[in-house]
Amino acid sequence: MATQNRSFRTPRANVTGLGAAHHGTEHFWRQRLTALANLLLIVPFLWILAAAYGRDYASAVAIVSHPFSAVVLLLLVVSVAIHMRIGMTVVIEDYLPNKAQRVVAVIANTFFCAAVGLVGVFAIVKLSVGRLLL
Amino acid sequence: MAEFSLPKNSRISEGKTWPKPASAARITTFRIYRWNPDDGKNPVIDTYYVDRDDCGPMVLDALLWIKNNVDPTLTLRRSCREGICGSCSMNINGANTLACTIGIDECVDKGVVRIYPLPHMPVVKDLVPDLTTFYAQHAAIEPYLKTVTPAPEKEWRQSPEDRQKLDGLYECILCACCSTSCPSYWWNGSRYMGPAALLQAYRWLIDSRDEDTGARLDKLEDPFRLYRCHTIMNCANVCPKHLNPAKAIAEIKKMMVVRQV
Repeated sequence: MATQNRSFRTPRANVTGLGAAHHGTEHFWRQRLTALANLLLIVPFLWILAAAYGRDYASAVAIVSHPFSAVVLLLLVVSVAIHMRIGMTVVIEDYLPNKAQRVVAVIANTFFCAAVGLVGVFAIVKLSVGRLLL
Repeated sequence: MAEFSLPKNSRISEGKTWPKPASAARITTFRIYRWNPDDGKNPVIDTYYVDRDDCGPMVLDALLWIKNNVDPTLTLRRSCREGICGSCSMNINGANTLACTIGIDECVDKGVVRIYPLPHMPVVKDLVPDLTTFYAQHAAIEPYLKTVTPAPEKEWRQSPEDRQKLDGLYECILCACCSTSCPSYWWNGSRYMGPAALLQAYRWLIDSRDEDTGARLDKLEDPFRLYRCHTIMNCANVCPKHLNPAKAIAEIKKMMVVRQV
């Protein structure tokens, strides 16, 4: 901040910058929605986890591929991936002052969360209906 | 900006220890940040000893006692000495507050009072921070009544209930204790409006007489201007007027959601 007054730009011009982005509420709302979804989905998720714990592969697959558990797991993976992306983006925007680094990190974060989410979705789909498709 | 170590020219070393007042019975130690823009040196911490029997009860009294009796070069802002002008805001034993409304005995820690300028602001000299950006942010939220309807012959009227909604908002004295205590404001102070400006933004957003609510919200809807608030709550903790900027910001976010969902 100390260097910004070196130019003849007025303080007001610095504060105005490029103006308001006119978005952000979508993120804020989606972050809350996915937080609520995560909270609700974690209960059946733990239940599925407990049910499958210690079983042999075939019966664990049977539990996970049950339509109810598969849908719960899919919803959870998608919700967590979206939530993770929003949360990590905020951390990047907070702590990376360098604009170039910031943009690269935001892109990398988006790709990472999309990949993690999709891998999760693919795994669940393969387990549950894979036998019908492959 | 997120910097986890101080830049080279901001690193603080030990400064001068000023003599103890002769024949003083009750002494409190003051460790005070000193920086002079003219001598090209880094900031230092000077140690002063204040004769409590010769000095008023408040931290500001002690600072003025030092200025009058020990070291006239100690630089600080002060005016009203009763918590209404907001000039003497500084960081006292780790928390931003007004030197005039905090008692020495209230904040003293093992006999020592440590005083620094408001955090993460450019320093003009000693305890005087440069608040230019802070004031520009306040100006940017347009803190005045905006209407389209032609002005009535007399005043714009407001019901007592609607007037009550402004309580806890209008009392802000712009001392900057809240904004400069906020980590989000430290890291992104040029883009995040900060709690003080947002508290005032909300004060005009809920004013029943104002007709510019939509445009005001438009100007705030931004990932940085408004949504850098992560409800850290330092603002509400330190406000010397006991206001709650964090709640005002939450109310603005609520208004944003209400007009979309």
